Amino acid sequence: MTKFQISRRKFLTAASLGASGVMLSGCDAFDSQLSIGSGLRSFLENANGLTHRAQRLLGGGNSLAPEFTEADIRQPQRPNGVTAPDDDTYKNLLANNFSDWRLEVSGLVEKPLSLTREQLMNMPSRTQITRHDCVEGWSCIAKWTGTPLALVLDQAVVKPQARYVMFHCLDTIDRSLSGDVKYYGTIDLIDARHPQTILAYGVNGKPLPVENGAPLRVRVERQLGYKMPKYLYKIELVDGFANIGGGRGGYWEDNGYDWYGGV
Amino acid sequence: MESVARSQSEIGPGLPASKEKPLIYRQSSWTRLTHWLWAVSLFFMLLSGLQIFNARPQLYIGKQSGFAYNNTVFAIGAENTNAGPRGYTEIFGHRFDTTGVLGWSGPAGNETARGFPSWATIPSYYDLGTARVIHFFFAWILTTTLIVWLVASLINGHIRRDLAPRLDDLKRLPQDIANHARLKFHHTREYNTLQKMAYGSVLFVLLPLMIITGLAMSPSMNSVLPFLNELLGGRQTARTIHFTVMVLLVAFFIIHILMIVAAGPINELRSIITGWYRTDPPVHDDKTPERSA
Repeated sequence: MTKFQISRRKFLTAASLGASGVMLSGCDAFDSQLSIGSGLRSFLENANGLTHRAQRLLGGGNSLAPEFTEADIRQPQRPNGVTAPDDDTYKNLLANNFSDWRLEVSGLVEKPLSLTREQLMNMPSRTQITRHDCVEGWSCIAKWTGTPLALVLDQAVVKPQARYVMFHCLDTIDRSLSGDVKYYGTIDLIDARHPQTILAYGVNGKPLPVENGAPLRVRVERQLGYKMPKYLYKIELVDGFANIGGGRGGYWEDNGYDWYGGV
Repeated sequence: MESVARSQSEIGPGLPASKEKPLIYRQSSWTRLTHWLWAVSLFFMLLSGLQIFNARPQLYIGKQSGFAYNNTVFAIGAENTNAGPRGYTEIFGHRFDTTGVLGWSGPAGNETARGFPSWATIPSYYDLGTARVIHFFFAWILTTTLIVWLVASLINGHIRRDLAPRLDDLKRLPQDIANHARLKFHHTREYNTLQKMAYGSVLFVLLPLMIITGLAMSPSMNSVLPFLNELLGGRQTARTIHFTVMVLLVAFFIIHILMIVAAGPINELRSIITGWYRTDPPVHDDKTPERSA
């Protein structure tokens, strides 16, 4: 029986050797295999498709995000991403309190629209107290008021071949060799027509401030924050996004985030 | 049912019967396969998870993160001091200097502000998007493996035979603790009480809790299972539990490895790779046989 025992010294030596081995190994071994488009990464990304399909299957089109009470609003909505666009177009619109701003609805629609803020605000509105979940890990609860996107889509009459709604934004999020990159993103028509998907012009009972996306931002409540573009000026109905930007359906998606953004 | 002892002649002819250490078939192929799938998935989930944590190296209690109020229970950060930048870790308001590991780390002269250090994250550089791809890929593997293990172990009797606690286990607990403290291990077919407790809590408490708190952080899953976060105390509490369970799993891993080294790494590794385990020589007197490590 004694043969199975080892001395304490031997045990501690072996244990500390093992531990330091783990620590020295480092984790840059996988770095080169993980860039966008590499084989290993593309293989691992299949799981994102599985997650997307599983969440669609379980949630269907209309499962509602939890809504909260006034008592849960404990702080201003935390802004993230661009919080003060430096673009001249935007600054001119802001100087005029957005009276020259229009929301264009174009692409695969029967009746392209150009709506003023007043026209949007005169449409039926929806107010909801929801939790904003950032991909980074934080959450913030706020009360959002806006026009259901479904009403805008109905007014424009979406053509049958349209599959996605693309949001075009006024803010420059990145600068590349080919010029400024404006924020953009896409959602499918199921999320676009979801009862809680609104084009928000108000937060916590006040007009949407600049840091939260004035004059108009998207709320897609079953998704993460990067799926809710701010500083919106154009909604384009498209049948795909393979030829737009990096072809992955949005600014952050082109930089490695998953398209669905449900987890 | 799979406990097959090899005859003496297979072990080596000429050995006197009292020195015989029978090889027994201890771990079924289901146990071995799922063990290694977990080992691989937990490795990648830990390192990608620490990278994800680095995007927001703070933990909160409640439905949301306090920005205009304070509900932070854990934070890793960096600050400028008279002695240069320092890394710190704050637990329930108590601050510890963790320069070099947590908060401020990197090669000498090239340190950066980051939660967990480069050697503990995949990728080694800051890349939240890639870490999420890895994390959710292995989340599917881990969860599927747990379900497969549960079904297989209910059918092949592993849970009932090896893991289910018995009255005997309670009686043997003090002796077991004493044996472990003295690094004195016995090698038998059955798990000892502390093993049952450790494996049982990982398989039936920690891993399921990890999956549940993971799902609770998904805004899409919140629309399907809205009661999850209400049960757990809010999304940010769920995130804090997720992190705490990670710490417990790492603690389990360290103890697990130490015990294997102490109990005989060759024999222990053989049993989780091939299934065959060399047990102590049979006890010939009437004493209750003590059980394995």
